[in-house]
Amino acid sequence: MNAGSRTSPELQRLAMSIAELARSHGLDFFDTIFEVVDYKQMNEIAAYGGFPSRYPHWSFGMGFDQLEKGYSYGLQKIYEMVINNNPSYAYLLECNAMVDQKLVMAHVYAHVDFFKNNLCFAPTNRKMMDVMANHGTRVRKYVEKHGEDAAESFLDTCHSLDNLIDFHALSQVRRRPVAKTSVSDEEAGPEHEVPRLRAKQYMENFINPEVFLEEQRERRRKKAVEQLKVPESPERDVLLFLLEHAPLPRWQQDLLSIVRDEAYYFAPQAQTKIMNEGWATYWHTKMMTETLLEASEVVDYADHHSGTVHTPPGGFNPYKLGLALFRDIEERWNKGRFGPDWDDCEDWAAKRRWDKKTGVGREKIFEVRRLYNDVTFVDTFMTEDFCREHKLFHYAYNKQTDQYHIDSRDFQKVKQQLLFQLTNFGQPIISVVNGNHRNRGELYLVHQHEGADLKLDQAEDSLRSLYRLWQRPVHLETVVFERHKVLTFDGKEHTRREIKAADA
Amino acid sequence: MVSRIEEDKSRFDRIVRGRIKNELRKYITHGEMIGRKGKDYVSIPLPQIDIPHFRYGRNKQGGVGQGEGEIGDALGPPGPGGENPGAGDAPGQHMMEVDISITELAKLLGEELELPRIQPRGSKNITAVRDKYVGIRTTGPESLRHFKRSFREALKREMATGTYDPDNPIVVPMQPDKRYRSWREVRLPENNAVIVYIMDVSGSMGDEQKEIVRVESFWIDTWLRSQYKQIESRYIVHDAVATEVDQKTFYSTRESGGTKISSAYKLCNEIIDRHYPVSDWNIYPFHFSDGDNWGGGDTKECVRLLREDLLPKVNLFCYGQVESPYGSGQFIKDLEKEFREPDALVTSQIKDRDAIYESIKQFLGKGR
Repeated sequence: MNAGSRTSPELQRLAMSIAELARSHGLDFFDTIFEVVDYKQMNEIAAYGGFPSRYPHWSFGMGFDQLEKGYSYGLQKIYEMVINNNPSYAYLLECNAMVDQKLVMAHVYAHVDFFKNNLCFAPTNRKMMDVMANHGTRVRKYVEKHGEDAAESFLDTCHSLDNLIDFHALSQVRRRPVAKTSVSDEEAGPEHEVPRLRAKQYMENFINPEVFLEEQRERRRKKAVEQLKVPESPERDVLLFLLEHAPLPRWQQDLLSIVRDEAYYFAPQAQTKIMNEGWATYWHTKMMTETLLEASEVVDYADHHSGTVHTPPGGFNPYKLGLALFRDIEERWNKGRFGPDWDDCEDWAAKRRWDKKTGVGREKIFEVRRLYNDVTFVDTFMTEDFCREHKLFHYAYNKQTDQYHIDSRDFQKVKQQLLFQLTNFGQPIISVVNGNHRNRGELYLVHQHEGADLKLDQAEDSLRSLYRLWQRPVHLETVVFERHKVLTFDGKEHTRREIKAADA
Repeated sequence: MVSRIEEDKSRFDRIVRGRIKNELRKYITHGEMIGRKGKDYVSIPLPQIDIPHFRYGRNKQGGVGQGEGEIGDALGPPGPGGENPGAGDAPGQHMMEVDISITELAKLLGEELELPRIQPRGSKNITAVRDKYVGIRTTGPESLRHFKRSFREALKREMATGTYDPDNPIVVPMQPDKRYRSWREVRLPENNAVIVYIMDVSGSMGDEQKEIVRVESFWIDTWLRSQYKQIESRYIVHDAVATEVDQKTFYSTRESGGTKISSAYKLCNEIIDRHYPVSDWNIYPFHFSDGDNWGGGDTKECVRLLREDLLPKVNLFCYGQVESPYGSGQFIKDLEKEFREPDALVTSQIKDRDAIYESIKQFLGKGR
């Protein structure tokens, strides 16, 4: 166990004993380095997404400003920050009381266990500290060479598109095999034979000379290649498509790939927010209450823990939902409340007493933490009973009162809404359908509409960003007020054209 | 060394203030963070730049929440800083008090005019009374209740009376259990400053001139307030005689008659001597006039007062000459002639509103 320069011997001993305890519970984590920082350093690190060596950009300064103000007005405080890396880095706030440090360390080890074992994180780079520092160096180099404004403006453009990656891909694709550029005769079309003029046998070579026929064949092949779609099937990883096909100079391509790599690195954390926080909270409560707490610390612990799982009235707290789901799963698998017998049982009283003493709860939650992400986690384990017991509801916007109202406690509706929010991490699903639209090298994207419209002004500005990369007109097909529309930006102006649904 | 995040932040600040990258200006949202001050919500200005993305329009979307409530119930405001991805900008917030940050304003001014920070004079033992929380007592306001100590008292009582049940460890504190933080007043060293505003209200000073004085005083006030913890302001108006007035009268009085500037300087000197011992205070007199002083040797008297009495006492004496419909007077030239190497005396000509900017810079650019 390593420790940072400002970690006191007492904290180091504590870290060691908590690590041992965590291992004895079956948690399996990378080496974890604890660094003790003051609130300002903490805010700085948090603004950089956990990486002090990240590339320079004003947006991190903006995040910092927010955290600083939040801290100085007493609205928020970051107790801890942990980085998915091997070894993992965890930052502790200097002014935390000893009981807080214990809680936070227990919490951190569970997070690192999750990073190491959950499938979503499998493709992430475990040397991200180095990669980020490397990115920083490269960006600084471009800033020096091409000027701060040029580099920064290009980064702004990339940031504007950084949600156009394939969030649910199991791994990040580096490069795809080069697209097809030739077509055989059979593929060129059913009437691939060049028509011949009618001629008598002995005239054939003069009226339909072989050279001419060959020329014609060649022309047809070329045409067929032009009609080939790029990409062959709709591409969700729009940034990759742009990297491979947009006419960008090397340095801009590199900046775009930096933004894309970092987007992929952070994606799993967004994808497993409920699970990851639930898992860490489950373990810190277990380790604290069973082993770590001194009698004198109980009240402070309870106070802070209740802050962690506090849900504002009508709000939603991923820590709490995740924790409750993990506990629910553990109980159900301990008591054998699963499988066809349980599902088919209609007797309410029998269900209440149900306890087959299967005792596999612990095993089950470890399996869940390895195999699931938020979407599948909620989909599989959120039951009607759970929903009722935890008083979940669905709310909707009411135009007349200009407020949100509780509109249903129906299980299906709640679950649908939650899954919708989680799918694609609340981002619209947009794919490249054609990189050679109208055979004029224009870019055609389709938004897969799922009930909610895009924010139009922002969509148009994002098209502008796309244009800056693609440098040819860009189109986005979407649905606005239940009508299919194509938004276009041709470099000068925006147009909206209505199309029939089938045209796509 | 400036940390890297400070560089990124200053870059962000410059974008917000429109110095660089104008193409981003339209994405600036002047958001706010909702804080709580006692019972009221306060708003903390929080400019943000929202880079456009392909994203969902928020308004029509519903979400999932947790808690009590009947179908149809409206939802209360979300907790400050509450992290609920679905209901980010959900229900309307009840704003009761809006505070526009004067600190931010002063910072802007300082940056804009490149004003140096003021070095308070000497090291004086000026003290101010501050509350310091030192102990615990059994009475006090609920807002100062010490949760942990109260809880511990309640637990002690329940153990002692045998009502504590380890299997159902519910502890309910009663009034006698409650403990409150208590405070003591301590004296801390502090820098204080007084600004004496002096304005000529003779017949030749019109409304336009007064408006200029008012705008300029506001900015001076804002700047000095950002530099000192405590600022007092005194106001003097004068024509042929000088009187001390309150702020409202200062800006609204319109007298007529002649101008005898020495009367005001005398009064200013008296006020300083009576209330603001030089050892304890940083003193800033600002005098605005159209410079049309009465003849008969009054200017000479002014020069004497300044040289012998006022200048040795003050940090800075600023004289701003406002141009009136009757032209600009002689006074500023006389001063400049007398004080060739102005140290504590700064003069400035203010032709019109646009000149205010330059004038503030002249006044405050010395950092004293």
